[in-house]
Amino acid sequence: MLTGLLGGALIGLAATVYLLATGRVAGVSGIVAGALAAPARSAGVRRPEKTTVAHRAFGAERLGDREARGERIAFLAGLVGAGLIAAAVSSPAAATPYPTAVLIVAGVLVGFGTRLGGGCTSGHGVCGISRLSIASLVATATFIATGAATVAIANHLFLGTPAP
Amino acid sequence: MSRRQLGALAAGALFGVGLVVSGMTDPRNVIGFLDFSSRWNPNLIAVMAGAVAVHASLLALLARAAGGRGARLLPPRNTRIDRPLILGSALFGVGWGLSGYCPGPAIVSLGFGARTAFAFAAAMVVGIIAGGLVPRRRGSCESP
Repeated sequence: MLTGLLGGALIGLAATVYLLATGRVAGVSGIVAGALAAPARSAGVRRPEKTTVAHRAFGAERLGDREARGERIAFLAGLVGAGLIAAAVSSPAAATPYPTAVLIVAGVLVGFGTRLGGGCTSGHGVCGISRLSIASLVATATFIATGAATVAIANHLFLGTPAP
Repeated sequence: MSRRQLGALAAGALFGVGLVVSGMTDPRNVIGFLDFSSRWNPNLIAVMAGAVAVHASLLALLARAAGGRGARLLPPRNTRIDRPLILGSALFGVGWGLSGYCPGPAIVSLGFGARTAFAFAAAMVVGIIAGGLVPRRRGSCESP
């Protein structure tokens, strides 16, 4: 519990640093989507004249700003860098109890769901609740509820017995 | 590298260290939290409580320091509780429960070289692209 609180405090500090540095909320799903966004044709152009399917998919009509994209990529590089450091100083566990095919379905659901709902554990769960957003509280309660229901079913289906 | 990019890089590294320290990069801890059937692992509540306590306090301090202009520190937010919010969050929860990964820990785990994280992250990108093609919620977090 103590490491949880400490790690959580670092996450809260990091979200504040990101907000101060960039003026945007530190939601990881949105940062990934924005980092994938195709830059607008020239800096400062927020809405390309033509929006193609690719533009809509990557949100380029809103997130084409080249500078914002660089900041998002920098944040993601920091996340991966933290993983590299952790792997260098210890051997972090990263095992899932379910088969890889399940993991791939899960990844698609996480990507699609967080885009549709406008946030994930960081954007809604940490930043939204810190900003006293009722919508984010509702989102967080929803994904914890469906997550718990899913684990109950998945343990039964894939493991046969409760708890990994 | 611009100052803003350096700030974002530092924030990402700090965020990632926080996820590792708190144990959230191990999917079994997340699944343990979502598993109410037997040995429930409440650690995720401590992580969220720590993160919200620090972030909310710092936001309040910054708002006070900024005087009456405090609200301008924060990007506008979408306060509507609508169908995309509920449906999207519900689908995200299913994927979260099936893997124990949400986007942050998955990206950090790429740094571990975890094979499972690469499979998950590639699938997540596919989901993000698909999610960008449907009418969706905007303006609550980074909101593309």
